[in-house]
Amino acid sequence: MLVSDRGGVVMAGSGTAHMRNTVDSVLTVRDLTIEFRVAKDKIVKAVSGLSFDVIRGETLAIVGESGCGKTTLARAVLQLPPPNSGEVVLDGTDLTLLPKENLRSARTSMQMIFQDPISSLDPRMTVHQLIDEPLEIWDRGTRAERDERINNLLNNVGLEPELVLNRRSYEFSGGQCQRISIARALALDPRVLICDEPVSALDVSIQAQILNLLQDMKDQFGLTMVFISHDLAVVKAVSNRVMVMYLGKICEVAPPDVLYAKPAHHYTRALLDSVPIADPTRQKKTELLQGEPPSPMNPPSGCRFRTRCHAASVRCAEHEPELQEVAPGQFVACHHPIV
Amino acid sequence: MSSLLSIKNLGVNFDTARGSLEAVHGVDIEIPAGTSVGVVGESGSGKTVMCRAAMGLLQGSNVKRSGTVIFDGHELTAMSKEEVRNLFGSGMAMIFQDPMTALNPVRRIGSQLSEGLRVRLEMSKKDAMVRSKELLELVRIPNPTAVLNSFPYQLSGGMRQRVMIAIAIACNPKLLFADEPTTALDVTVQAQILQLLRELREDLKMSMVLVTHDLGVVAGNTDYVAVMYAGEVVEYAPTTKLFADMRMPYTEALLESIPKVDHKSGTRLAVIAGRLPNPTDRGAGCSFAPRCKYAQEKCHKEHPELKKDPDGHLYRCWYPIGVAL
Repeated sequence: MLVSDRGGVVMAGSGTAHMRNTVDSVLTVRDLTIEFRVAKDKIVKAVSGLSFDVIRGETLAIVGESGCGKTTLARAVLQLPPPNSGEVVLDGTDLTLLPKENLRSARTSMQMIFQDPISSLDPRMTVHQLIDEPLEIWDRGTRAERDERINNLLNNVGLEPELVLNRRSYEFSGGQCQRISIARALALDPRVLICDEPVSALDVSIQAQILNLLQDMKDQFGLTMVFISHDLAVVKAVSNRVMVMYLGKICEVAPPDVLYAKPAHHYTRALLDSVPIADPTRQKKTELLQGEPPSPMNPPSGCRFRTRCHAASVRCAEHEPELQEVAPGQFVACHHPIV
Repeated sequence: MSSLLSIKNLGVNFDTARGSLEAVHGVDIEIPAGTSVGVVGESGSGKTVMCRAAMGLLQGSNVKRSGTVIFDGHELTAMSKEEVRNLFGSGMAMIFQDPMTALNPVRRIGSQLSEGLRVRLEMSKKDAMVRSKELLELVRIPNPTAVLNSFPYQLSGGMRQRVMIAIAIACNPKLLFADEPTTALDVTVQAQILQLLRELREDLKMSMVLVTHDLGVVAGNTDYVAVMYAGEVVEYAPTTKLFADMRMPYTEALLESIPKVDHKSGTRLAVIAGRLPNPTDRGAGCSFAPRCKYAQEKCHKEHPELKKDPDGHLYRCWYPIGVAL
């Protein structure tokens, strides 16, 4: 526990001001902490006391650099592995408390799409087997019903069933493999879809196709999505709310249009400035973010971003900033927010 | 302006089980000394094969290369393997896309970095190590002494790419081929690496060929751009001219498919429908015609020739954008 400079007690995290606590929350994560022991006295603090909620039909984007804990966070939501502490509540059920067998069935309503579309599909299985596997395990319908479902799913993701059913993943391009992954993830009619950098391994032209497809699938299947990316430009097209993470903590949470027009956290600003602009006449001359994030084994005291922040003061080293609302719906954890 | 690298009518064919695969076809590119030229296109458009063929790195009985490559007065295509090899390092150098697999995992950074210095510049082991440390400082690696003694797996992706750059510039090359140097990196690190390349190019008076699939990367980092599609250069122009006044529908489609931070959220992205044509079977017409929204009958039947505007802007299209027919 830390004591904030305003006298109140802050959880070791960045506060919970951004939590909406409505009955519409499909997924609520409270005070999640994930740590890995890598040596006898070395502990990687991957995610530290992080909270967020996702409302039905919403897409929450989680953005940050490599190593900030985005993927660990997503996996912990699925209990892969379970977090060290904290709650993950899916539709009123706390997954961290469920016995193994109940957790297995609860997981069917949460599916994940991985970053590398080719290595996340078993190269020895045909597309038919890949999509049939979850349906078979959970005994969804007769053979004929399952086959019809597989055909429908493939049509939905823009693949021709007759052409692809009996082929294996290595016969497809990255974009096509990602379509197959999406079809498989949707097979069990999940309520929540977690996409972990689904387009970062793809070319720009294919990236646009997959982003549009995810949006279509979300509308068609009524999905709630968590979308992880390191690229702010990518998430703008698909998200309703953006959460910027740095070294296992939240920097800023806001609706995309607010966040991009008026970022309040210096880290958000730096991420935005890093996006290349496809116009030679509008090149920015701003100061780039230097260096790389410090080690999560020994994160800086106070604000974790202070070592790379040009606005950092003594206060930033001594007190951890707490999330506070700076504009309607915009929450920032910074002692010196950009105004 | 004299050309440092001049590629004329370059073609590369691979013999495969499914027939001859034409990876690169009729490519003409001039790289004027001191400039940076971007090569842009989708995966499989022949960007990497073109660069490797230009450097003479494609070998094997199933590779057929045609055309001429002239680098700094030497006709590479007429030279022996040994003679071309002697140009590597001090003449031309290359940075690869994946910094993890391009570095030897079982050798320390110092030994990999000093190798070129000792072989090419005949430095002593000690001098080479001193110079290696300077090179790591030049690519802005904090704590260079520790990095010299590290193995690649101990470094982050961004650090490894800096080491790759240090190796490439070790012998002061005149021309640097950067093959998707930032594709495997985060946006923040990408911005740092691109800035580093810009500064090094300035300081070392180096020319660069920057291969990428992202037109955003090209915009701030190159003087000229060559857009490749299905093994051909389909458009070539000064960067500012290309963005202001593009001729090829493909270039336009590529630009539109980039997600932009100033779009309103929820904006549907423009896509290029379909895929690259099968490289073993191109068909008669324009290779882009099946995916082109402006395609007409002629496009499907006749392959367009390279056309040239009076200002040197090259394009390969029957119905170019912004040109009255």
